[in-house]
Amino acid sequence: MTSFSCDKHRLHREGGMMEVSPSSTVSLREFGCEQTLLSRPDGSASFVQGDTSVMAGVYGPAEVKISKEIYDRATLEVLVHPKVGLPGVRERSQEQCVRETCEASLLLSLHPRSSLTLILQVLHDDGALLSCCLNAACMALMDAGLSMSCLFCGVTCAISADGEIITDPTAAQEKESRALMSFAIDGKERRVMMSSTKGSFSVHELQQCVAVSQKASEKIFQFYRDSVRRRYSKNL
Amino acid sequence: MILRSGRWRCGWSTDFRDISCQAARSSVRMFSVLKERVGEILLPGDEFCCGPQDTLPLTDSGKSERLVAGPGLRRSGDRLLVSRSGVLRHKEPNKFWIESQQRRYVPAKGETVIGVVTAKSGDVFKVDVGGSEAASLSYLAFEGATKRNRPNVQVGDLLLAQLVVANKDMEPELVCIDGSGRANGMGVFGTGGLLIKVSLGLVRRLLAPRSDLRADLEQLFPCELAVGMNGRVWVRAGTVQQTLVVANLLQSCDAMTAPQRQQLFRRLQQGAF
Repeated sequence: MTSFSCDKHRLHREGGMMEVSPSSTVSLREFGCEQTLLSRPDGSASFVQGDTSVMAGVYGPAEVKISKEIYDRATLEVLVHPKVGLPGVRERSQEQCVRETCEASLLLSLHPRSSLTLILQVLHDDGALLSCCLNAACMALMDAGLSMSCLFCGVTCAISADGEIITDPTAAQEKESRALMSFAIDGKERRVMMSSTKGSFSVHELQQCVAVSQKASEKIFQFYRDSVRRRYSKNL
Repeated sequence: MILRSGRWRCGWSTDFRDISCQAARSSVRMFSVLKERVGEILLPGDEFCCGPQDTLPLTDSGKSERLVAGPGLRRSGDRLLVSRSGVLRHKEPNKFWIESQQRRYVPAKGETVIGVVTAKSGDVFKVDVGGSEAASLSYLAFEGATKRNRPNVQVGDLLLAQLVVANKDMEPELVCIDGSGRANGMGVFGTGGLLIKVSLGLVRRLLAPRSDLRADLEQLFPCELAVGMNGRVWVRAGTVQQTLVVANLLQSCDAMTAPQRQQLFRRLQQGAF
């Protein structure tokens, strides 16, 4: 039988550049995403930010082990696999951050005594890994058709040695920074759902970073909308 | 082509009644706002609200419209929230829902599904329907079954059954008879044939009243199809090769647009036969 190559991959790329205040520029690296690229998981997506790339797969709602079941809501498991080697302590802390964000935005009470599994595979890490994981997770959960109360996105900010705020830093910029912050921003009211920080900074700098991340998140949410629109317009 | 399946009305058979049917009394304004956006692609978190500044025109009778929110829409206070990404659809007079592409099945009452018997324990069979839990099927729920005359069902058999109990809190239950005690096409399948897994959207397209996909398939060669709303399709044609052709066709049609599919069918008709 002749095989027909069907276009399952919907690739969408975009970049963004925004000014917030004279002292800091909000510039995001070129980002792109693909949905429904894997055939076995119920939902899958891959998110690329510059050179950092993460692939996510979602299974669920599926059967759960009796020892892990929760009587009134679904059990969410997140697994982060690094590019090289076995998952370690760093991956465990990333899993916890992603899990807390997903649990806050998914409607878990619709599937009691079921399990949702989210697997994130790091394909390349060039800075801003946690926010790339969050973005890939959100797109994969949408692709699987799971009920969510709001969308979320991840933004990373780095404060360099001379006090400049850099959004979406590369690995080299992260290494030279004085502080590194990752935020998960919610889609409805642009509030901070999760924050993970490293390094030393002042309260004023923290507030500035939050404001800058909220501004940057608008671009990412618009990108989500455009990607989903492209994906559904093919079948209309 | 013989097609066996349950009834499937409008866009979603029973999700309106059971899982997310929340009738909301809304002002005429929310109804018209929703109607304007039918066909648009919405994301989780989008909402439709009935603001306090809504005023009904003096000429109105003063009665508010009743709105039925289907899958993908949730009511929260006086707002209607979107919980899945997809296209907003409407059916007269007042049903709205979000049509999304999904692969994983969540059991809903009244749907006809294809299940695989996984265990026999006492008086019930445990059947896997693709949801988060195995469904139970009593041995008395077959046509002509009594305590002495047990149905001939073995572990590993395929059967077509209807869900009578399916909500998020309880274990799903199946029956192989309808309300009047007749089988009506349900029950264990015969030998032969192939079971394939497809997306829920393809199943709905196959079962739609005027389906192009079914019309195209009918022109190929005679075959027997049983379609389960849980994304499973059982195919049996004259020869094994024809069965495999139909099975591969259905799986590849999943991701194609209509013109691509018609081109594929044309190539098949010219090339293979």
